[in-house]
Amino acid sequence: MFTTLLGQHFVHTALLAGAVVAVVCGAIGVFVVMRGLSFAVHAISELGFTGATGALVIGLDPVLGMLGGSLVVGASLGVLSLRGRERDSAIGAVLAFGLGLGVLFLSLYQGYATAATNLLFGSIVGVDDAQLRNLAIVAVIVLVALAVLYRPLFFAAIDPEVAAARGVPVRALSVAIFLLVALTTAEAIQVVGVLLVLTLVITPAAAAQRLTVRPGLTVLLSIAIALISTEGGILLSLAHSWPTSFFISAISFAFYVAARVKSVLARS
Amino acid sequence: MTKAVVSVEGLALRFADRELWHDLTFQIDAGEFLAVLGPNGAGKTSLLRILLGQLEPTSGRVVIDRSGIGYVPQQRAFDRDLPLRGRDLVRFGLDGNRWGAGRLGAPERKRIDDVIAAVGASALADAPLGRLSGGEQQRLRVAQALVSDPGLLLADEPLLSLDLAYQQVIVQLLDERRRSAGTPVVFVTHDVNPILTAVDRVLYLGPDGWAIGPVDDVLTTETLSRLYGTEIDVLRVRGRVVVVGTPDAEHVHHVH
Repeated sequence: MFTTLLGQHFVHTALLAGAVVAVVCGAIGVFVVMRGLSFAVHAISELGFTGATGALVIGLDPVLGMLGGSLVVGASLGVLSLRGRERDSAIGAVLAFGLGLGVLFLSLYQGYATAATNLLFGSIVGVDDAQLRNLAIVAVIVLVALAVLYRPLFFAAIDPEVAAARGVPVRALSVAIFLLVALTTAEAIQVVGVLLVLTLVITPAAAAQRLTVRPGLTVLLSIAIALISTEGGILLSLAHSWPTSFFISAISFAFYVAARVKSVLARS
Repeated sequence: MTKAVVSVEGLALRFADRELWHDLTFQIDAGEFLAVLGPNGAGKTSLLRILLGQLEPTSGRVVIDRSGIGYVPQQRAFDRDLPLRGRDLVRFGLDGNRWGAGRLGAPERKRIDDVIAAVGASALADAPLGRLSGGEQQRLRVAQALVSDPGLLLADEPLLSLDLAYQQVIVQLLDERRRSAGTPVVFVTHDVNPILTAVDRVLYLGPDGWAIGPVDDVLTTETLSRLYGTEIDVLRVRGRVVVVGTPDAEHVHHVH
């Protein structure tokens, strides 16, 4: 059964799509964790859900709606450049209303159950060739942008005051990272779903930064953990009937726990 | 012949209904070591932020070349789990503003090692930044400011949480830099004593006005009494300047 599945085209597509998404999520996750944007990622993702359900209601491609929803929220968060508690509560308020809208859109849409489940929990095995191509295009955009912005992005995330004094466009970079996060989130939703985006964007990066203090190596480790979790999760879900998203989140969480244990042991 | 690197004309800063200063006018010459003194809330950090272009003054004009500023910001602890070593922080000063990921060449790596050695932090270079003490982070910050070969150094309380020996190391480093490269140093501090041997002029921002000039002209009973609008005594005790009677003198002692 398992080996026959491995020969199937849709499985290859799923594995490729998973790999593409994992690389992007692992890479950007390091900057997200460093800037303390977990909650913002969650909000961008849930507003992507609102966008997708909205698109379904008016008969558009939900992926486009998702992209639209995430980009609007990402851009607003970047431009407002809120800090600390203000950002926290603003995101909470917007997120809650956005989800409310999503619930309304879903109730207006006839194909209720499947669409909702796929958006919320992911449907990696449903990815077709055209979607895979789109995932790859967006992934290249995000990765090229991260490569070009790499040093100033690190500098501005860790040391914004000095970065600004050295002529780094801190404000513009903040908008840029939010837009890139929005693109990444829209990608990740298609694999793990709205509710589990953090499992690819946050968990691998959080684990990686406990394993090394070298910034470059942190990015590589984070990508590796995201890749192993995604591909491992897809393969396990072929061998076993449990959902892919569960396996992906379980593997990445196992890495996180192991990394924490290791850093505690290393200190004692 | 010296030439002005920074020129400040008729600067005023007002927050809501509180005016910090007005008509602030001075120049900073190449190679000059200027200390900025004053009580808490006098606008010392705000003045630095205006020089950096990060804060708009209420009125007035600043002429400054911002392309090569080395900045040591007020101490702020780094997150404990940052994936960053001491040398990565210093490296930001050299190439953090360049695009791309980039690798450093051997001369640049050596430059980073040298400046880290100069602040006595070689042993900390590969340690996780977030686990270092405040003083250790502060020394790396000074190294970060120096590594960029700055045309102007702005330092906000750079001696905070340093012991006396390292205070002297940092002051001597900045002193050397301005003598050898002509880089002016603007040094915000609440205590002039650690820098008495290096400082050329003092800018004192008081509640009732400001004054600028050599230490012996500004840190006097007459001048400070005028700037505070109350009786202040300035004493010289064993080569140290002791100011008695400022409203926040007690607070300053608690900071230590």
